Amino acid sequence: MKLIIAYIQPGKLSEVKQELYKKKIYKISVTNALGCGQQKGYTEVYRGIDVEVNLLKKVRIEIAVNDSFVDATVDAIVAGAATGTIGDGKIFILPIEQTIRIRNREKGSPAIG
Amino acid sequence: MLMGFHHNRKEMDMKKLKVGVAMLVLMCFAGGTLAADDLAQSVALHQAALDMIWLLIAASLVFFMQAGFAMVEIGLTRAKNAGNIIMKNLMDFSAGALFYWAIGWALMYGSDVGGLFGFSDFFVSGTDSVLYRDWMFQVVFAATAATIVSGAVAERTKFTAYLLYSVVVSAVIYPISGHWIWGGGWLGSLGFHDFAGSTVVHSVGGWAALMGTLALGPRIGKYVTNGKKVTSKAIPGHNLPLASLGVFILWFGWYGFNAGSTLSGTDLSMANVAVTTTLAASAGAVGAMIISWIQFGKPDVSMSLNGALAGLVGITAPTAVVSPVGAILIGLIAGVIVVYSVEFIDKVLHIDDPVGAISVHGVCGAWGTLAVGLFSTAEGMKGLFYGGGFTQLGIQALGVAAVGAWVVASAGILFFVIRKFNGLRVDATDELKGLDLAEHNAEAYSGFQIFTTM
Repeated sequence: MKLIIAYIQPGKLSEVKQELYKKKIYKISVTNALGCGQQKGYTEVYRGIDVEVNLLKKVRIEIAVNDSFVDATVDAIVAGAATGTIGDGKIFILPIEQTIRIRNREKGSPAIG
Repeated sequence: MLMGFHHNRKEMDMKKLKVGVAMLVLMCFAGGTLAADDLAQSVALHQAALDMIWLLIAASLVFFMQAGFAMVEIGLTRAKNAGNIIMKNLMDFSAGALFYWAIGWALMYGSDVGGLFGFSDFFVSGTDSVLYRDWMFQVVFAATAATIVSGAVAERTKFTAYLLYSVVVSAVIYPISGHWIWGGGWLGSLGFHDFAGSTVVHSVGGWAALMGTLALGPRIGKYVTNGKKVTSKAIPGHNLPLASLGVFILWFGWYGFNAGSTLSGTDLSMANVAVTTTLAASAGAVGAMIISWIQFGKPDVSMSLNGALAGLVGITAPTAVVSPVGAILIGLIAGVIVVYSVEFIDKVLHIDDPVGAISVHGVCGAWGTLAVGLFSTAEGMKGLFYGGGFTQLGIQALGVAAVGAWVVASAGILFFVIRKFNGLRVDATDELKGLDLAEHNAEAYSGFQIFTTM
């Protein structure tokens, strides 16, 4: 069981979801994030004063999958989110120790579904 | 003791009365015609003062509608474009007012040339308070027409393009059709009746909005094509409370818009106008609510808000000549029309209008204008339902068609020219980034976490 965490551009979320659905991956969790990697920030002007904005809007996706689905998920995310420019994002894969479904207390791989 | 006191007072009063009457009689003999002249002058001054006060108050009410439009548009669009919408609304009044002062007023109310336009009083100046009063009342109407378009073209229009549009609409397009109807031009002479501007203001804004949206194209992500099928996607507004505040402010301002159009502080029919306005707005809101309940399963908030506006636009032309029952019917029908119109324009014509401006102002403006020909109870221009036959209705229809053609043509050319020489639309990255950052380098919602991915 693996937890896949991906940081992507917000505008790419619907494309990533489409790609995931094509691969039959439906369970997903999405949060707002601020961040930057190699992308520098940008400058705003507020009443004459420059404002340095270093943290850009990102979307963080978390998907828990069984080992057999890891490659499909990563491929789907890359297919949906990649534009070839700096700022496309990153994917991290973490191991999951245990998964429990709250509804019926199922454990392990079946709980991930 | 009490009786004695009473008695004395009565005697004192009688004495005072006798002296007063004697003085009055003396004054009358001495003053003669001079007193009568003074009286006439005094009455005239008070008449002028009442007109002045009422029209300036009404003008302020209509000015406040600018805030109404801004709030409605901000509420029904995305947060990343809020600052840009503020700028567009601020500027279509500010830049528009300057050009209406310089050119627009002259073309609309100047000395008539062939019934088509006016041509005097450019760069309004001098000391005539009545001229200033009238300009003041009219500039806020012109600005209302101009600002209608900003909602329809929201979230994807270049700011410079919108500035250019505001200037031309306030200086040329609005004044010319306005002259035809209110400035002594040919439509007014034919008996076309548009009391407060269903056609002069709202239809002009509505058809200009139509041309703008056609020239502009839809927002990115609004229409998704799957083979031959085009699906309309919702891009929800980010702040319905603001949208509702906007509608209430517009409704409030409309009392200046309609009741002020009596153009007189002593025309007591302003009360009738206020009542028909209220009834139509209410009926419009209720009508839209019921239809949205039937169509969508639940009473829809933003549709009901649009319904109130539709009722208001619809009653703007007939407000002074219809009965309360007529007002309710006009508003109700406007509320029904607006729901179907918004759906038709979005889902069938695939024209992206974020706030429904084309439906509320264009379609319901036309309805309100025609409604004069159906529901008018006024002598000499009775509507179809009151035994007046098709005469008034025909004139109204002619006006709707003529102004429609004028605005479609002139605004069409305007947007085409702007698109060709300045660019009308922002590029895709800017549109996704949000116009606040792209056009103004500043966020309206600095520090907020805005949870949207479009």
